[in-house]
Amino acid sequence: MKHENEAVVRFPSLSCNEAFARSVTAAFAAQMDPTLDELGDVRTAVSEAVTNAIVHAYPDRIGTVLLRLRRLPGNVLEITVKDAGSGIADVAQARQPMFTTGGADRSGMGLTIMESFMNSLSLRSQPGRGTTVRMRKKLIGRGETACKP
Amino acid sequence: MNFTSLLQEKRLTILLSGEIDHHAAKEIMEAVSAKINVYLPQYCELDFGGVSFMDSSGIALVIHTLRAMNQLGGKLRLTNVPPQPRKVLLASGIQKLVAMSQERSPA
Repeated sequence: MKHENEAVVRFPSLSCNEAFARSVTAAFAAQMDPTLDELGDVRTAVSEAVTNAIVHAYPDRIGTVLLRLRRLPGNVLEITVKDAGSGIADVAQARQPMFTTGGADRSGMGLTIMESFMNSLSLRSQPGRGTTVRMRKKLIGRGETACKP
Repeated sequence: MNFTSLLQEKRLTILLSGEIDHHAAKEIMEAVSAKINVYLPQYCELDFGGVSFMDSSGIALVIHTLRAMNQLGGKLRLTNVPPQPRKVLLASGIQKLVAMSQERSPA
């Protein structure tokens, strides 16, 4: 689908960049006139995706995380989070609620939350090559005229 | 994150604030555990009134605190939960394990 606007950000997998990724996403989404609830949903989803890259893709090194934001026709926000880290051996298992390899301080609910807060989610992963998560959400918005592409 | 805690007759209230994500969660978890281990409360309240954002790291925090309170034979309650953290908590089904009340309406 052809996008109307796009922003791409690359950053190292430092946990302080989780808040940065949320802020960038919220700033990009602002042009789509989201409601507070919608903004909360997309901030939560991007936080989960970026945290997964930081915790699971690069468990013992700092790697690069790519965040791509796109505005698609029909006021659809697409968020892609890509890493070149360790990858997921069993994607079906990773999508199970409460499943985690992250230890006691992780809940295993990240992917479940991304799926329930966004309209669609696709997950592609190759062990040793990296993981790409792509999520889309149609923003109903507040019914005001926002930035026209 | 800095937070305030109040102790009154074995009732410990911890006022959480700011953003609870993976970056912040470990420190918060350790601080909450330390308070519980020192005060050995029978009742613990996590007050989310000052929490501006929470992701699934907050679920892990609640589960962690719930385990600590279960070990003491005590009770845990989540109070003043704003809409965004509430939605995250509800997605996890945690309300089946722990009592939760919504944000206080402004007086």
